[in-house]
Amino acid sequence: MKFDTPATNNPIDQLKIVGKPVDRIDGPRKTTGTAPYAYERHDVAPNQAYGYVLGSGIAKGRVTAMDTAAARAAPGVVAIVTTLDMPRLEKGAMNTAWLFGGPDIQHYHQVIAVVVAETFEQARDATAMIRVSYAREPGRFDLAAEAPNAQLAAADSGEGSGAAHEERTGDFEGAFAQAPVTLDATYTTPDESHAMMEPHSSIAAWEGDKLTVWTSNQMIAWGKRDLAKTLGIPAENVRLDSPYVGGGFGGKLFLRADAVLAALGARAARRPVKLALTRPLVANNTTHRPATIQRVRIGAERDGRITAIAHESTSGDLPDGKPETAVSQTKLLYAGANRLTAMRLAVLDLPEGNAMRAPGEAPGLMVIEIAMDEMAEKLGMDPVEFRIVNDTQVDPEHPQRPFSQRQLIQCLRQGAERFGWSRRNATPGRRREGNWLVGMGVAAGFRNNLVMKSGARVRLDGSGGVTVETDMTDIGTGSYTVIAQTAAEMMGVALEKVTVRLGDSSFPVSAGSGGQWGGNSSTAGVYAACVKLREAVAQRLGFNSAEAEFTDGQVRAGNRSAPLGQAAGADGLVAEDHIEYGDLGERFQQSTFAGHFVEVAVDVATGETRVRRMLAVCAAGRILNPKSARSQVIGAMTMGVGAALMEELAVDKRHGFFVNHDLAGYEVPVHADIPHQEVIFLDEVDPISSPMKAKGVGELGLCGVGAAIANAMYNATGVRLRDYPMTLDKMIDRLPEVA
Amino acid sequence: MKPFTYERARSPAEAAAAAARQPGAKFIAGGTNLLDLMKLQIEAPAHLIDVNGLALDKIEPMPEGGLRIGALVRNTDLAADQRVRRDYGVLSRALLAGASGQLRNKATTAGNLLQRTRCPYFYDTAQPCNKRQPGSGCSAIGGVTRQHAVIGSSEACIATHPSDMAIAMRALDAVVETVKADGATRRIPIAEFHRLPGETPHIETSLEAGEFITAVTLSPPLGGRQFYRKVRDRASYAFALVSVAAVMQRDGTGRVALGGVAHKPWRVEAAEAELPRGAKPAMAAILDGARPTDDNAFKVTLAERTLASVLAEARG
Amino acid sequence: MSKVSLRVNGEVRNLELDTRTTLLDALREHLQLTGSKKGCDHGQCGACTVMVEGRRIYSCLTLAVMHEGDAVTTIEGLGQPGNLHPMQAAFVKHDGYQCGYCTPGQICASVAMLEEIKAGVPSHATADLTAPSQLTAEEIRERMSGNICRCGAYSNIVDAITEVAGRPA
Repeated sequence: MKFDTPATNNPIDQLKIVGKPVDRIDGPRKTTGTAPYAYERHDVAPNQAYGYVLGSGIAKGRVTAMDTAAARAAPGVVAIVTTLDMPRLEKGAMNTAWLFGGPDIQHYHQVIAVVVAETFEQARDATAMIRVSYAREPGRFDLAAEAPNAQLAAADSGEGSGAAHEERTGDFEGAFAQAPVTLDATYTTPDESHAMMEPHSSIAAWEGDKLTVWTSNQMIAWGKRDLAKTLGIPAENVRLDSPYVGGGFGGKLFLRADAVLAALGARAARRPVKLALTRPLVANNTTHRPATIQRVRIGAERDGRITAIAHESTSGDLPDGKPETAVSQTKLLYAGANRLTAMRLAVLDLPEGNAMRAPGEAPGLMVIEIAMDEMAEKLGMDPVEFRIVNDTQVDPEHPQRPFSQRQLIQCLRQGAERFGWSRRNATPGRRREGNWLVGMGVAAGFRNNLVMKSGARVRLDGSGGVTVETDMTDIGTGSYTVIAQTAAEMMGVALEKVTVRLGDSSFPVSAGSGGQWGGNSSTAGVYAACVKLREAVAQRLGFNSAEAEFTDGQVRAGNRSAPLGQAAGADGLVAEDHIEYGDLGERFQQSTFAGHFVEVAVDVATGETRVRRMLAVCAAGRILNPKSARSQVIGAMTMGVGAALMEELAVDKRHGFFVNHDLAGYEVPVHADIPHQEVIFLDEVDPISSPMKAKGVGELGLCGVGAAIANAMYNATGVRLRDYPMTLDKMIDRLPEVA
Repeated sequence: MKPFTYERARSPAEAAAAAARQPGAKFIAGGTNLLDLMKLQIEAPAHLIDVNGLALDKIEPMPEGGLRIGALVRNTDLAADQRVRRDYGVLSRALLAGASGQLRNKATTAGNLLQRTRCPYFYDTAQPCNKRQPGSGCSAIGGVTRQHAVIGSSEACIATHPSDMAIAMRALDAVVETVKADGATRRIPIAEFHRLPGETPHIETSLEAGEFITAVTLSPPLGGRQFYRKVRDRASYAFALVSVAAVMQRDGTGRVALGGVAHKPWRVEAAEAELPRGAKPAMAAILDGARPTDDNAFKVTLAERTLASVLAEARG
Repeated sequence: MSKVSLRVNGEVRNLELDTRTTLLDALREHLQLTGSKKGCDHGQCGACTVMVEGRRIYSCLTLAVMHEGDAVTTIEGLGQPGNLHPMQAAFVKHDGYQCGYCTPGQICASVAMLEEIKAGVPSHATADLTAPSQLTAEEIRERMSGNICRCGAYSNIVDAITEVAGRPA
């Protein structure tokens, strides 16, 4: 089905099941520990051996020798594959760093060997027996030091954010020079780790030249293609299966070393091999959100109207890498006739920087929304009003292009009302409760909406049951449930009559889970397949498909009615289709919006910051399931707390690695950091987006949260921080005297 | 993890004797730190002596009014003990500020004292570390040192001791009771139990090879108001940036020990005379001679401000 | 190799294990009870939480051979699909999970945690050490902080636990 004109009335609009806050259908399995994750598939292949991977102890240089004699002789060892055993493997289309093979070391903890043994304990011990000799080479590990050498670079994150290397509208410099009120400030965001709870894991089994990998991956079709490419085998010989994914956040978008090494290990061992990256390996072996240095300049009239806005970002990556697209949202978020965005890329020899939840916009909004707060203060305006004054209903760079929907003002107004924003003292540092300085902050949330081609197969059985198959993944996003709701609504059956099977590359290729496109796009694909199935059902039952109504397990047309299952016959009835998109995305700017409101308390003596209240008001099209969508948003808000207050991969600039490479060193929020969180979804349907009229929320919930916290901290203390994470050491010297 | 043989000890003396007999033997109780390190081969005992079956899990009153805490009393039970909560609040508070509920259920009193540093360079076996491999060098110096020691460190090591419990025990002047392989017992004041790194950062305590901790004793209650103020980036389940254990009397005198600043619980008794004059002079004396790095210089200010906050609360 | 006998979810299980086998790996790899998760294998995440003799611990930081005769309760022992433990049902109702990987650990920890409060064990959040423990959101948050949820379901988890504990969410 091609979606190239705005959606009109369709069966989804009945909203009998779609749009309802139903419990997740995978809940009973997840809460009883019976949902099988990649490393746990004891059932799928007999005689599994255990793999354990060794990471490089240097960041740049060469492996000159590997002594594996002791390891090969160790008890239980079945096979060892080292990086010196083969030339460098071809890179997958989505990978920047190579994953295995050859002597060259590109980053710390690059995999240099896998040991396969009868047991996990044996494999781990034998791995430690491998003696590695290296020839170290100097590397570039310090973004600030390399920034002067950074080159202008365009990029598309592939996830909805992107920008030209330099984009100009009007005359930024001229307008900025003339503006009566200006801000020119530089901010930094650190490298961050996805830190999903399930480390990258795979079981690989060969049958002849056919390979099956039970893995943990967000994008099955990409993974299949890139695994085949990396191993040099035809894609049709590869099957991936990933029904449950223990978190991804972008860290499992791409083929990673676990799948490659499980496959190589299994080939060498001649039996199935399972392995997981150890937690200390994850941060440096896989990808991360790159650090940025961002400069923002804003010029405004005294009435608050922005006349000039510039956002420039510098980040680093390995050779052939991409810049973090942190300026992307600034192209669209606020009005202003004179505009400049630019991105620069420095070459670094740190691990690969790549997409993490809301790439570009997450770090970009962490910065631009502090700048807006600073500007509001210079103007003597309320920060909510300042944003409202500068709202735009069209793409500011291309004013002929409207937003499909844009309710940013409503998000901010309703949020302010609900949060009690009027009680905020505009003068910072004035509200004191015992040892706590208390403040409120606001930020706009913005995330582009992407639509992706997505396919599904639906099967009707004789009892009226519907089975959906698609290679879509559920990484905690609720895919199982919203897909089941979609099929139930379309086919007029109860939710319990729908079975959803996901994550198998033998199923139709879906949008996958990334860029907050998954929910809308994958259900739109299911919608398309169901439209086809409805036609087939109508035809089988001799109904005019245009008139047929599907309700309560019955098909009705005129005064005739038949049970849905009757159309299935003995063999069932199958339909397959995909949704693909025309040029609505070019004609309209599709984005999602939020108002984030936060109250923090800062200990006046120590500078410890604790978040007291959080509210997100979101406008993101139709909300397919308010319960799971809310969870996506509060989860993202939680990640925003981490980004604001604690998360930073600390770079050893001498040796080129992230030092705090485990979950004790890389702190993410715990229960005690997170207060009750409130989410409001504005009523919105977006017929430009898809037949579902939905958009994404999973990343919107993160975008802007960090800045709202930073702004609340400023309101609490009067100390303006511009470097994330906003840890106490950065303000301790500027807090009031303690007696 | 290297292979090891395993036995369950039946008495403290037998445990100590077994350790003396077997080269490379280690005691295991809670195991929450030892197994963590064994997985990385930072610890590689050839033999494990499981001491969990020993009846050292009682908290008993001492004749002169203190408490004798068995070496195997779990952190949860020590923190929850009514006598500890009433008379040694600083200790209960310190325990509850440490680790997580799950870890406190397993971790023991003796094991907590013997925790090894959380320096990330100690944990990364690809990096030189004098503590892990004597003579290999310290890769933390000149590296990422936000968490590291600001005082008492050496050219060989700038690691900190990670325990919260030990900081409170230092403020309480606890005494560690041990038994050696020959059956001899001794009492080690906690001030002498942990060592500064000097040239031998791999030697962290004054225990001799095979010497086995049987108990920790506390003197009769000090009274006063007791505080354990732990400052960290996230609100729970994190190691201290700085912590202050304080026992403060009404007249403004008291005792203060610091965590997160040194290779051992940091207490300078002579400096405590300054406490009635306030946090600034007191902390100046406590941290006299501090040599922080650029990354952790904030700890000096933070320690002073945290103490000020504690003193204000003590007065209030 | 070493013999050990565990009582897992009420059933005696005799195992012959490499002494290096953690309780977690004994459960996941040898008994194929994969509900207990390995998130870090170093006691830094809480996904492996089980109850041993009624107390919650990290099963990744203890050796199986150290638990001869011990009663171990895992998520599989609390309830099954169609027969959910009240805490499991509350997690479903309040959407106290997303990817599901930390979930068994969260649930085991929360069940044992409520018992700790009943038993009068204080926490860092307890204002008065000499008073009985209160069942407040702040107490729950502090006591559950040894279980990381990167999906950020914390707010919902607290609602689920609060409901089970008998207070309105």
